Amino acid sequence: MATEEMEQLVRREYTQGFVTDIESDTVPPGLDESVIAFISQKKGEPQWMLEWRLEAYHQWLKMKEPSWAHLNYPPIDYQGISYYSAPKKPEDRPQSLDEVDPKLLETYEKLGIPLHERAALAGVAVDAVFDSVSVTTTFKEKLGEAGVIFCSISEAIREYPELVKKYLGTVVPQGDNFFAALNSAVFTDGSFVFVPEGVTCPMELSTYFRINAANTGQFERTLIICEKQAQVSYLEGCTAPQRDENQLHAAIVELVALEDAYIKYSTVQNWYPGDEDGKGGIYNFVTKRADCRGDRSKVSWTQVETGSAITWKYPSCLLRGKDSVGEFYSVAVTNGRQQADTGTKMIHIGEGTKSTIVSKGISAGNSEQSYRGLVKIGPRAKGARNFTQCDSLLIGDRSGAHTFPYQEIGNSSATVEHEATTSKIGEDQLFYCRQRGISEEDAVNMIVNGFCKDVFQELPMEFAVEAEALLNVTLEGAVG
Amino acid sequence: MLEVKDLHVTVEGNEILKGLSLTVNVGEVHAIMGPNGSGKSTLSAVIAGKEDYEVTSGSITFEGRNVLEMEIEERAQAGLLLGFQYPVEIPGVKNIYLLKAALNAQRKARGENEIPAPEFMKLVREKLAVMKMDASFLQRAVNEGFSGGEKKRNEILQMLLLEPKLAMLDEIDSGLDIDAMKIVADGVNSLRSEERAVLMVTHYQRLLDYITPDYVHVLVDGRIVKSGDKSLALELESRGYEWVLEESAA
Repeated sequence: MATEEMEQLVRREYTQGFVTDIESDTVPPGLDESVIAFISQKKGEPQWMLEWRLEAYHQWLKMKEPSWAHLNYPPIDYQGISYYSAPKKPEDRPQSLDEVDPKLLETYEKLGIPLHERAALAGVAVDAVFDSVSVTTTFKEKLGEAGVIFCSISEAIREYPELVKKYLGTVVPQGDNFFAALNSAVFTDGSFVFVPEGVTCPMELSTYFRINAANTGQFERTLIICEKQAQVSYLEGCTAPQRDENQLHAAIVELVALEDAYIKYSTVQNWYPGDEDGKGGIYNFVTKRADCRGDRSKVSWTQVETGSAITWKYPSCLLRGKDSVGEFYSVAVTNGRQQADTGTKMIHIGEGTKSTIVSKGISAGNSEQSYRGLVKIGPRAKGARNFTQCDSLLIGDRSGAHTFPYQEIGNSSATVEHEATTSKIGEDQLFYCRQRGISEEDAVNMIVNGFCKDVFQELPMEFAVEAEALLNVTLEGAVG
Repeated sequence: MLEVKDLHVTVEGNEILKGLSLTVNVGEVHAIMGPNGSGKSTLSAVIAGKEDYEVTSGSITFEGRNVLEMEIEERAQAGLLLGFQYPVEIPGVKNIYLLKAALNAQRKARGENEIPAPEFMKLVREKLAVMKMDASFLQRAVNEGFSGGEKKRNEILQMLLLEPKLAMLDEIDSGLDIDAMKIVADGVNSLRSEERAVLMVTHYQRLLDYITPDYVHVLVDGRIVKSGDKSLALELESRGYEWVLEESAA
């Protein structure tokens, strides 16, 4: 489409101003400018945002889907996907837990999910269960007093356009990669966090909001900014298995840390992995990146990845500030027919930058898992240090683990250490535990949780307990 | 209590036990001695249920139950516990966690409730004192970075806590200095009772100076060729195994 036509389209959609009354709640499958304009209009976005989306779309059109990952899946038909659908109306949802799949409820039980949250997670019409609004309001007030902004990205675009404009796409540019470009064009949901100078966010963010997280969209976009000496701990996701009709998920998370700021970002991802043959599982292609812009800034990624049919995800840190610090702690578990290609990139640009990578991969069943990590030391990164530890644990003899560590060292004063191990879950360890009277399943859980301990201890306390339970549920039936 | 009859066991096609029979009654302490490769460790491993060991004929019963049909954990829950020659390391799993999980698994199998935390701690401290182990052991990962002697003491600590009906000790003396040996022996002796039995596998007579057995059996080439009391062990010490072989061949 010619630029002129595009402009026309844009203008046409917006001649009536930002207040719109669109009857349709979904768009037909396919992606073109009109779909993007529809999304932008639905969200009540200003003109500049639409233009930004369209720029991304045009870059995406010229890009090819990456094929370098150690993943195997049928081609995705991007014109066969619907890029906007409004959340289900309350009357279309189950009206009580009695109407919910008992298997799902059983899993919630095992995970120790609080009773009042189960209904919401299962998609029961929330109003029929409890009123979540008052809870949300209380926390908004508390955050407001501290000067912290925490809202949906759509709200931020409308309410804080200057902040969004200043930071959006500065860490992950629109054309960064195929999936990032797609997300930039069509993102519909996600969070925005802004912590002003000198403020330590008074609570773990999103702990109380995860019910909402259960209904997050296909193309999430999260932007977190910590000004000088600000601190925040953000939790994403939920241990409860999340089902979604949308198979393709391509999220972007951008973190910006200014001088002496500290952002701790924890994820527990448990998307539906598909049935026993891997059918119907979520494809999760995520771009997560942190920009340690300020001197002595620090970003810590902690992730527990158990869900999805396919995971393509490399939370990374650009260590630009002097003495800035990047950390990546990861546990990835694959079972059944799951495939995961995950890892991190630590790009050392500033002097004295430090990074730590601890990755634990557990493959069971017929699953395949790869660790892919890049440690790059730029020419100006004098005295930079990296430590990488990358351990794989195989359960059974049909699963695979692969490690692809890349190093590019451009400064001779840097110290880079890499340790990697691959072990099979020891028959001897299992025998030892069972010979003490512990069941085989409990023994596997004990050994695997022990293997992941270095990472779990980085998680916020209550999350850590849930993560252990989650691991146990994921590995059910992995042995024997 | 334990009845092993005409047991034949092969490992990777090689017959290791060739018709072994043994009876252990409650309250007794048995020692099995024999040269390297005679099948000593195989016996306790088969009773404990280690895989890769194929029982081709014969039977093992424990308190009237067919042991060979029981899962590994069921055997442990029934009171058959093995003290390992080479206890494995389990990184990241705290010793105290394993102890508690094991004790509770056994209680559950007996239809009892989980042990309350204060009661458990009291019990563990008591047993630690017997083994002259510091409480810091509880917070360390199972056997990780333990010295040989610490590993063996840890095995006996588990025994004291789990109170098996039949404690099987596979070369529990290997790699121990004299002080550690005494502590381990004290632990084992404290287990001795009218309700329990001990089956020790050892290469050396030395251990038997500290734990006096009621019976000594000589295992050669997959069979028990001679049984006697403690004096047999002393005789083996001074004369070696050759004469037993000759005698049994005659």
